Amino acid sequence: MPNDYIHIILADDDEDDRLFFTDAFDELKMNTKVNTFNDGVELMDYLNSEDAILPNVLFLDLNMPLKNGIECLNEIKANSKMSDIAIAIYSTSASEEDIEETFVLGANIYIKKPSSFKQLKKVLAEVVSMNWQYHTNSLNKDNFLMRL
Amino acid sequence: MKLFIKFDFNTICKKVLETKLEELDIKYRILAFGEVELLEKVPSEKYEALNDALNSYGIEIVENQKSILVQKIKDAIIDMVFNEDSTVNVKSSVYLSEKLGHSYGYLSNLFSEVTYTSIENFIIIQKIEYTKQLLLTTDLSLTEIAFKLNYSSVAHLSTQFKNATGITPSAFQRIISKRRSIAQQKN
Repeated sequence: MPNDYIHIILADDDEDDRLFFTDAFDELKMNTKVNTFNDGVELMDYLNSEDAILPNVLFLDLNMPLKNGIECLNEIKANSKMSDIAIAIYSTSASEEDIEETFVLGANIYIKKPSSFKQLKKVLAEVVSMNWQYHTNSLNKDNFLMRL
Repeated sequence: MKLFIKFDFNTICKKVLETKLEELDIKYRILAFGEVELLEKVPSEKYEALNDALNSYGIEIVENQKSILVQKIKDAIIDMVFNEDSTVNVKSSVYLSEKLGHSYGYLSNLFSEVTYTSIENFIIIQKIEYTKQLLLTTDLSLTEIAFKLNYSSVAHLSTQFKNATGITPSAFQRIISKRRSIAQQKN
């Protein structure tokens, strides 16, 4: 096991989805620390705060009240301080337009929310493992595109 | 006269560690038994000196030797993927165990334990990343890249690309070129 933990944030307004997400990471044998936020405003307030610990991977729901995932994505990509964060779109939609649009806007990963808990664990493990490879092997993050 | 002594290994080891680290002027923090965090980057001569000093007490630096070996595995794989001559007709498991002098089973377990992925998967990731790089920086077609990277066919590379990333090589190229044209418009 690597000694450094992997810091993960999820922004999602659906309470059940947040719960499944944290439960999945609890069950995965990975050294992770997970924080969740209920909407885009809460998330961006945190990321912009002085003492924010920026995550290795940020999971963004697309449809959130107050500030949606695309708005968060645009703000993050416009902020050079946050350029190292890998962005995973985490959505119920899997329309080709949504997928391509978010990739073009700078997302690294697009995940269609899986319907089973088992599948969710598998998908999250894959994302974190792949991100870890980019992180530890100095691979070019500009070329990090993954769809699950 | 006979002396009967009782000793505590933990205390001895801790004392030895502290003494040696201080002698070498290395800033450290003892986290738990068997775990020491070095608070600054230690040059390799100092590291060797520490290793030697500790070895004479029968203390071995374990974790780091593991990660050194994992780094050697990675280096060997990268050399294998990027250096066309070295890949010819050798199975990667044979190549790695011969080059590093350990059984493939041992290397494979160690690798998975430390890196969150397997050797097989790491090789695929390296090849796919190299493919991406070649697609974006050269005029090579996917067929030419497949040949260069020793794939049996372009279909094989294309399938592996899709399996590893969830997108096709052409979608990858399209997305990156759209990103670039947006970035150009902004400037």
